[in-house]
Amino acid sequence: MGSEGPRRLGHLVTAVSAEVERPGPNGSGRRRPSLAWLGVVPFFAYATAFLLLPSAVVLIGAFQDAEGGFTTKNVSEVIHTPQYRHAFQTSIEISLVTAVVGGLFGLLMAYAAVRAGTPRIFRHGLTTFSGVAANFAGVPLAFAFIATLGTLGIVTKFLDNHFGINIYQHGFSLFTFTGVSIVYLYFQIPLMILVIAPALDGLRTEWREASANLGGSSFQYWRHVGIPVLLPSILGAAILLFGNSFAAYATAYALTGGAVNLVPLIIGQNIGGDVLSNPHLSEALAFGMIVVIGVSMVLYALLHRRASRWMR
Amino acid sequence: MRRPRFAISSVVWLTLGAAYFVIPLAATLLFSLQSGKNYSYNLSAYGQVIHDEEFWKTLRLSVVLSLETILISLVLLVPTAYWVHLKLPRVRPYIEFLTILPFVVPPIILVVGLLKFYNGTVHAPLWFLESPYAFLGSAYVVLAFPYVYRSLDAGFRAIDIHTLTEASQSLGAPWRTTLARVIIPNIRAAALAGAFLTLAIVMGEFTIASLALFTTFPTYINLVNSQQVYEAAALSLISFGITWAAMIGLLAFGGGPGRRRAAAGAAD
Repeated sequence: MGSEGPRRLGHLVTAVSAEVERPGPNGSGRRRPSLAWLGVVPFFAYATAFLLLPSAVVLIGAFQDAEGGFTTKNVSEVIHTPQYRHAFQTSIEISLVTAVVGGLFGLLMAYAAVRAGTPRIFRHGLTTFSGVAANFAGVPLAFAFIATLGTLGIVTKFLDNHFGINIYQHGFSLFTFTGVSIVYLYFQIPLMILVIAPALDGLRTEWREASANLGGSSFQYWRHVGIPVLLPSILGAAILLFGNSFAAYATAYALTGGAVNLVPLIIGQNIGGDVLSNPHLSEALAFGMIVVIGVSMVLYALLHRRASRWMR
Repeated sequence: MRRPRFAISSVVWLTLGAAYFVIPLAATLLFSLQSGKNYSYNLSAYGQVIHDEEFWKTLRLSVVLSLETILISLVLLVPTAYWVHLKLPRVRPYIEFLTILPFVVPPIILVVGLLKFYNGTVHAPLWFLESPYAFLGSAYVVLAFPYVYRSLDAGFRAIDIHTLTEASQSLGAPWRTTLARVIIPNIRAAALAGAFLTLAIVMGEFTIASLALFTTFPTYINLVNSQQVYEAAALSLISFGITWAAMIGLLAFGGGPGRRRAAAGAAD
């Protein structure tokens, strides 16, 4: 705050002295406190129109039959149709895998960059790049990986030409569960780095010194201090990664076009207008997604509250 | 104590990370430089792209949509965040909930609701559904909520708005002047951070645009890929460049490292 003070004061004084000559049209009218809520009406109106009402339409639609009456048929159809159940299973699996693997690699890279001894430039470089990569997803990301590891990809052909290894003959394919996971990690790892780096900064050198002074080894420090302090942050970040991957549509669509059975892809196909015996089915699928994401967000909020205890 | 050294394990992890992140980009570059027939390297894919009218048309649409989204979200959220910090601290949890809700209702679900609610019959005229600036613009402001609001919220926390407001008013400034000439200059970095994040999001948004049948820059890339893979690789790299430029803008104009956390986005 301190160093910024004079500049702000400068803004203030120049701004106000210019206006002080002429009192504004409503300069004298002090607003009554009871009307203060009027100030947030535009935001709530906008959020209602373009976020709450569309969400409500989805939630209500999930429990409506063709005539508009209440029914649980749609949701039970989702639960009892093997294709949809399998889609939820695959979506959850892919999210778990990329959250755990992405979380682990992200944590190790973030720690490598922030720990004492690593030149500061690596930290700046890594967080800047993570900011880009965490936001670089969707169609371009899918095509970047097709150009790399697709059947005609640069790395695929390099391995074939120089080492005689045709990865596609050895069972690898970019357009499968494994392939989608590898691509998702490209935004999952950077997200982990961005989220966990501040928590790693919260590990104070004094704790490590105190542990060392009491004769604790490096292992004991991590076992009794480091990991317990970080655990809520790590789990919270992993949940964020889970939700991030669970909701992703564009990357999987551009990569596989639906060859991997994921819930967002089925919803997309239904909007696209084919195969609709039950028009409320995509709403029921969306309802299922909201339940999964909602549960993970509640878990995240609980963990975040615990994690912030150490962050001051 | 002895000075800690650059640990070997750190070098290993950072090198692995760099390889994983750089190889796909380098491969995309090489791929985009191949001409289809004899694998000689040249710039013909980029030449094709910049002579394609659709490229400029869709790029322009996405840029205009980004600017529109940034403008609306700032006009909507700057006064709201200011007012809530100043007068209505009890409303803050509700605003925070609403601005985090787009993570719970991701684009794939939002578009289901939007298409059903604004289907051109009861709740909105047909032109709303057919105009990208109306339909996509409205949706993108919602997608920008978490980023813009969190960024602004951090900005407002860092300054003493009560003192600034009282000082401004005790010198006789009306509300309008206080907001425009005292508050906004002080949260400019936060607003710019939110703006650059929004730019990155809108320039890459595919889900809503494609399912609502609009041809924006990302859906154009997908379209190109069905016939011209080398051009699609070139476009992917251009798109990466745009995201990169937005993040550089964020770091250059968007204030200190505290705000960098806001860059942790939901990918799609």
